[in-house]
Amino acid sequence: MLLALAATALVALALVSDLIVPRIDDLWSRFKAHRQRTPTWSYDPGRERRAESRARALLRSCVNEEEWAMYRDLGFLRVWGTLADGPDDVGGTGGAPYAYLIYPHRPILAYLAQTHRLLNEYCVTFPDETRPYGSARLPDSDDVLAKWMALTGDERRMISAANMHLPGRQLDPAQVRRDLWRLSQWERARMRHLAGDDGSASPDRQSAA
Amino acid sequence: MKPGHGEVLIAEGDVERAEDEQRLIEEFRRQLDAGLWAAVPVSGRHGRRESIMVRTFEDIPWDADRVIFFPRAAGGR
Repeated sequence: MLLALAATALVALALVSDLIVPRIDDLWSRFKAHRQRTPTWSYDPGRERRAESRARALLRSCVNEEEWAMYRDLGFLRVWGTLADGPDDVGGTGGAPYAYLIYPHRPILAYLAQTHRLLNEYCVTFPDETRPYGSARLPDSDDVLAKWMALTGDERRMISAANMHLPGRQLDPAQVRRDLWRLSQWERARMRHLAGDDGSASPDRQSAA
Repeated sequence: MKPGHGEVLIAEGDVERAEDEQRLIEEFRRQLDAGLWAAVPVSGRHGRRESIMVRTFEDIPWDADRVIFFPRAAGGR
């Protein structure tokens, strides 16, 4: 009986030795080196949410009320282009008004305002150059605000910094046209609401951001 | 704006006070030397909001209440 138990214990010990020996070895070498256990960074699931919350507050404080409502309701911002003949690489807009759609962490899309013809996609990022080996990206709303500031502050510089691609490379043209349609509907509802003859729900509740 | 963190207050002060102004100038230069862009949101024509990209401390409008620093734009994929 005793012999059988001893044999079983030996077998069990042999089986778990692969797990135990490295740990003991690690503990022993740490003890010899008088080292403390390296602290591990625990993941904070609320950090990104708090960062985005701060970013939304900052964005709201910078853009006007209409733009904020647009971003909140539709999930993107429209910025009007100011160059007389459109962005340099478009080949001229003939003076037709054009605008950009700004999505968080997606390319900026230029389009003609009246015909909704898509002009170009401008791929741009805001990398953290203080951390060249990989870094966290800006919160969504900060990315939108950075694009908004760069476009409204110096459109030509922003466009020249971006990589230009034809429409459809990253943004689905059908989705963009749907967004432009949503934008026009949203603007109509907003105008009705502001004129006071709406009588129904606020345009704020048309769709979720 | 700091990747992964959002808005971070870097410095604040009153430019009417000499020591505050000097500190703000130094911090402004430090941020630009680190490769960041600086912008000041303002009210433009027809009440539309826009921003001014500033490259020197003197470019900042006298009535600006803040300067926002953000990473320099680069071509993305």
